[in-house]
Amino acid sequence: MQNNPPEHTITTKDLSIFYGNFLAVTDVNLNIESRKITAIIGPSGCGKSTLLRAFNRMNDFVPSSHVTGEILLHGQNLYGADIDPVEVRRKIGMVFQKPNPFPKSIYENIAWGARINGFKGDMDDLVEQSLRSAALWDEVKDKLKKSAYELSGGQQQRLCIARTIAIQPEIILMDEPASALDPISTLRIEELMQELKQKYTIIIVTHNMQQAARVSDYTAMMMLTGDSRSGTMIEFSETKLIFTNPRDKRTEDYVTGRFG
Amino acid sequence: MNPPFDLTKKPRIGESLIQSLLFLAGVLSIFTTLAIVYVLGKEAWLFFGSPEVTFAKFFGGTKWQPGIGQFGIWPLVTSTLVTSSIAMLVSLPLGLSAALFLSEYASPKTRSALKPILEILAGIPTVVYGYFALLFMTPLLQNIFGEQVQVYNMASAGIVMGIMILPLISSMSEDALSAVPRSLREAAYAMGATKFETSLQIVLPAALSGVGAAFIIGISRAVGETMIVAVAAGAGPNFTFNPFQAAETMTGHIARISGGDLSYNSIDYNSLFAIALMLFLVTLVLNLISQRVVERFREKYE
Amino acid sequence: MNNPQTDNFPEGPSFRRALNARYRSASLWQMVFLSALLIAILSLMTLLYTVADGAFGYVAYEYKHDPTEFSSTPLNELGKDELLSILQSNLSAGAFKKLDNEKPMASRSHADLYSLFLERLLQIDTKQIWSMTDSFLHAAEIRAEATHKYPDAQLEFRSWLTPQFLSSPMSSRAEFAGVRTAILGSLWLVGIAILFALPVGTGAAIYLQEYASKNWLTKIIQTNINNLAGVPSIVYGMLGLAIFVRLLEPLTSGAAFGVIDSNGRTVLSAGLTMGMLVLPLIIINAQEAIKAVPDSLRQASFGVGATRWQTVWHHVLPNALPGILTGSILALSRALGETAPLIVVGASTFISVDPSGPFSKFTALPIQIYQWTTRAQPEFHAIAAASIIVLLILLLSLNAAAILLRNRFQRKY
Repeated sequence: MQNNPPEHTITTKDLSIFYGNFLAVTDVNLNIESRKITAIIGPSGCGKSTLLRAFNRMNDFVPSSHVTGEILLHGQNLYGADIDPVEVRRKIGMVFQKPNPFPKSIYENIAWGARINGFKGDMDDLVEQSLRSAALWDEVKDKLKKSAYELSGGQQQRLCIARTIAIQPEIILMDEPASALDPISTLRIEELMQELKQKYTIIIVTHNMQQAARVSDYTAMMMLTGDSRSGTMIEFSETKLIFTNPRDKRTEDYVTGRFG
Repeated sequence: MNPPFDLTKKPRIGESLIQSLLFLAGVLSIFTTLAIVYVLGKEAWLFFGSPEVTFAKFFGGTKWQPGIGQFGIWPLVTSTLVTSSIAMLVSLPLGLSAALFLSEYASPKTRSALKPILEILAGIPTVVYGYFALLFMTPLLQNIFGEQVQVYNMASAGIVMGIMILPLISSMSEDALSAVPRSLREAAYAMGATKFETSLQIVLPAALSGVGAAFIIGISRAVGETMIVAVAAGAGPNFTFNPFQAAETMTGHIARISGGDLSYNSIDYNSLFAIALMLFLVTLVLNLISQRVVERFREKYE
Repeated sequence: MNNPQTDNFPEGPSFRRALNARYRSASLWQMVFLSALLIAILSLMTLLYTVADGAFGYVAYEYKHDPTEFSSTPLNELGKDELLSILQSNLSAGAFKKLDNEKPMASRSHADLYSLFLERLLQIDTKQIWSMTDSFLHAAEIRAEATHKYPDAQLEFRSWLTPQFLSSPMSSRAEFAGVRTAILGSLWLVGIAILFALPVGTGAAIYLQEYASKNWLTKIIQTNINNLAGVPSIVYGMLGLAIFVRLLEPLTSGAAFGVIDSNGRTVLSAGLTMGMLVLPLIIINAQEAIKAVPDSLRQASFGVGATRWQTVWHHVLPNALPGILTGSILALSRALGETAPLIVVGASTFISVDPSGPFSKFTALPIQIYQWTTRAQPEFHAIAAASIIVLLILLLSLNAAAILLRNRFQRKY
């Protein structure tokens, strides 16, 4: 499928995430390939979102949370002492479970992130391009000054994607981006992801196995294990292998719906 | 066929009696409002009905001395405006800043240490603030600005009133700021915003209507505040916008005149009710607007 | 999808520089926000210090008459009997009789007689007073100034807040004035206010939370209560003046109950006015307390066949009571510090007779503070400061009681 050896952007080494003394995620070793979609699946409460939020250091806002091990972005440890989380988030954007546009105009929702990050170019142009990339331009081009809250849920979520790509991140994290949307909006988001992976590396958390099977190139399977009931990754490989020929019995039970 | 139990309603006299009493207690508040409107309205009606008083005099004159037929309300209104404006100039920036610090920056520990101090400030009786205005703030202003500052002056009363209102603005604004959902902050952080950019450019605009409600309530408090101005602002109507001069506010005037020997049914007596009616209407409108804004704000985020 | 604008974002060192600038302005603003809080704290400290500054300090005073005119015994060795006979022989018969009528002279304490002696016979005359700060920092200069300006005067460091200040009635001379009458007046006021507002307020809250259906009337009542909480206190004073003082004068003056020579400006009128004023606060607090009682408790009670009132009385109220009482105490402290409505309703400005019943004339602590603060002579400012300390201590104890109550009965569910 590929001629060159895969280029890895994010690599985790023995990554464990704690909330105080509670070990939420344990010993994750992952290689995220560039310009591919990697899905993280698993039963609820297994630490999928926690793992995802570790990649752009959103867990920093939970007091008492800390990590051991490493998350390397092009060889740089994101949790190194000299790393500024604000710079990390500038490079690793995020789309959340529920659409959360700012209470500003559609235009300002896109422009704000670019402005604070020192964007020097033509703002109108950037807004248009970002909205086009998020397949939203045609629907909103006549009401850019209107409040983002006037959009439908699906449009709001695409706006959130547009605002993320406006600051040109390298990686986009998506935390169950379609779970609050109707099937048609979901489909549009999934189509959009296929477009976006031409330029961006995408990591998506989903509880919907069909979605993972449809959109992703690689899949990481997580599960609660051990006496401490902490989440860990039990299998990571190409998506088609996970769904057709899983190595782990628990993965097979889960993807075939036999997981209790 | 007779059922083995009788499940039909039976009168419970005790229950109904209690319910009626509770209902009365509930509607008493409505009667309070009606009584306020009636009492103020009736005496104000007598005031405006007296042959000497005309609306033209009332809203056109700049001298207030009912005893000698001067009925211009403006001196009392302007001084109320001046003291309230000074109070808001002090309390809004300080209160809002304090709220931003408490809700966005302070650790839970710092917050629980600092908030009681603001609560103490809010609990100090206004007459004590009056003492503070007259015997601390006025001398201080006289030291800074020299002799142009009169012993009684609106600036000192206004500044101290601002300090009094500060805790109110701060706690209402803080409520509004903390009501902004976490998802908005997270969205901002995920765009690479710093904490400061998030709180000032995302959280504060999102909470703006709540802050506006606090501001409006603050104005209402300032307009209705009596003791600070009665002690420190001045003891006589004076048509001026100079904050260093003495001028009596609407509330201060009511307090001074009613505290003296006042004979019922005189024009002086009735005029006080006319002033109080204006005061009541202004604060009522402000309070209603503020409540409405807060309700809207809650609906938006709940 | 090709985006030519990628280059428009600063990268690497230039982004780092921009970010540092962002951090700098952020910490600058954080300092601004913090300093607003510090200003608030500083204001509170300054306020308290100003009060203390006025209540303690050096006083230079003279006696109009020499103590040796009355007795050869040094002042501080005068006994009670000696004082009594001095007073009897030097005061006019009428004046002595009047004092005797207020309280029999023979049964008065030594301190009481001694202050009468100072007040009526020696006639103390305060020449100058100094603030606490000056008294500490410039004691030597003050002593020099006093000996220079008032050669006959005595200089002493005085606390204007003394046990005697608490136990003496009003006096036209600041040196002898006390706040006993005012404290008792305040207690009467607050007592009457709570007697009226607590049952009515709790009843209204129960009605709104447990009985009222969600209709327009309930909404009006609720909005109305919120508005009443924001009506300026002086407007309540006008209401009290028109309703309790004038309209209901036969009742509030006690004329209907056989009290003669009285008008409507009684502690009862003022107490009821205060009651009206705190009523919305009590209702809102009580509603919150009742709201906090979990619904499962009500359902359990209804489930065993209890009526609504039985449910309220046996389950809801006992669980909401600490919250209701805490709210009421806080409302009380509001009433204790309120001044404006009392002025309008007609607190007496000079009264030395303790309130003895609901139909008494009265004064109250905040009224005294107001009166004394607005006097020109600095010695009255000093006793105003002393009474502020008394008022603040009363308020502090009330609030402490409320906090204790809240912690003691902290919700278990």
